[in-house]
Amino acid sequence: MADHPQKSGAPARARPLSPHLTIYRWQVTMLASITHRVTGTGLGLGALVLAWWLVAISNGPEGYENFMSYAETPLGLVILFGFTWALAFHFLNGIRHLAWDLGYGFEKHTATRTGSLVYVLSVVLSLGIFAVAWTGHGGYLQ
Amino acid sequence: MNSLETPLHKVQGLGASHSGTGHFWRERVTSVALIPLSLWFAYAMLGLIGTNEVAIVSFLAHPWNAILMGLFVVISFYHLSLGLQQVLDDYVHTPGTKLFLRLTVTVIWVIASLVSVFALVRVASL
Repeated sequence: MADHPQKSGAPARARPLSPHLTIYRWQVTMLASITHRVTGTGLGLGALVLAWWLVAISNGPEGYENFMSYAETPLGLVILFGFTWALAFHFLNGIRHLAWDLGYGFEKHTATRTGSLVYVLSVVLSLGIFAVAWTGHGGYLQ
Repeated sequence: MNSLETPLHKVQGLGASHSGTGHFWRERVTSVALIPLSLWFAYAMLGLIGTNEVAIVSFLAHPWNAILMGLFVVISFYHLSLGLQQVLDDYVHTPGTKLFLRLTVTVIWVIASLVSVFALVRVASL
C-alpha cells in the first residue's frame, strides 16, 4: 500500500507516460485547443474585473472614477485588449467546439482550416472592437 | 450473483468514474446560453465606452439590461467554474490539493456572482 499511486504523490518507480506536449509536432488544432483553455482561464480574471466594474458603478461617481483611474492606464488598456481578444477567441472557438459536438467539421483538413480561421477572426474582431471605440463610434447608448 | 457491487451502485451505472455526462452537458448548455449573452455584452460595452457614470447607471438600471447583465455574469462564472474544474482534473494529481483548489474555485464563483448581482440591484436603486 505504501507506493499506491493515489495515496502517495509520486510512485516509487516512474511509470511509463504517454507522449505529451513536448513530444508531439506542433499543429494548429492542438494550439487552438491549448489557447481555448488559456483564454478560458484568463477570462476568469476578466470576469472578476467585470464584477469589480459593477461594484465600482454601484459605489457612485467616486467608485467609477476609481475604477477608471486603473482602466485608463496604458497597462489597463493592454489588459482590457487582452480580455477582448480572449473573449473573441473563446467565443469563436467555442462555436467550433459546439459544431464538433453536433458532428460537423471533424475532417482533418477542415479542423485545421477552421482552427486558423478562428485565430484570424479573433484578431480581426478584437482589433475591430478597439477601432470602433477609438474612432469614437462607440458610446451609442448614451 | 457473486458481484460485490451494491445494487445502488449498479443502477447508477457510473462505474469507476463516479460521475456521468452531467459536467459535459452543463458545460454545453451554459456555452450555448453565453453565445447570445456575449453578443449582447459586446453591444452593451461598445455602446457604453467613452460615456460617463450617469449613462452607465441609467443603462444598467433598466430592468432588461440589469437582468441580461446578471445572466451574463452568473452564467459566465458558472461556465468558468466548470471549465476550471476540468483543468484541475487534468493537471492536478494530488487528491488533497485538487479538492482544495476545487473548493476555492467554487467559493470564488459563488461569492463573485452574489457580489455582482447585489451590485446590479444597488445600481438600480441609485
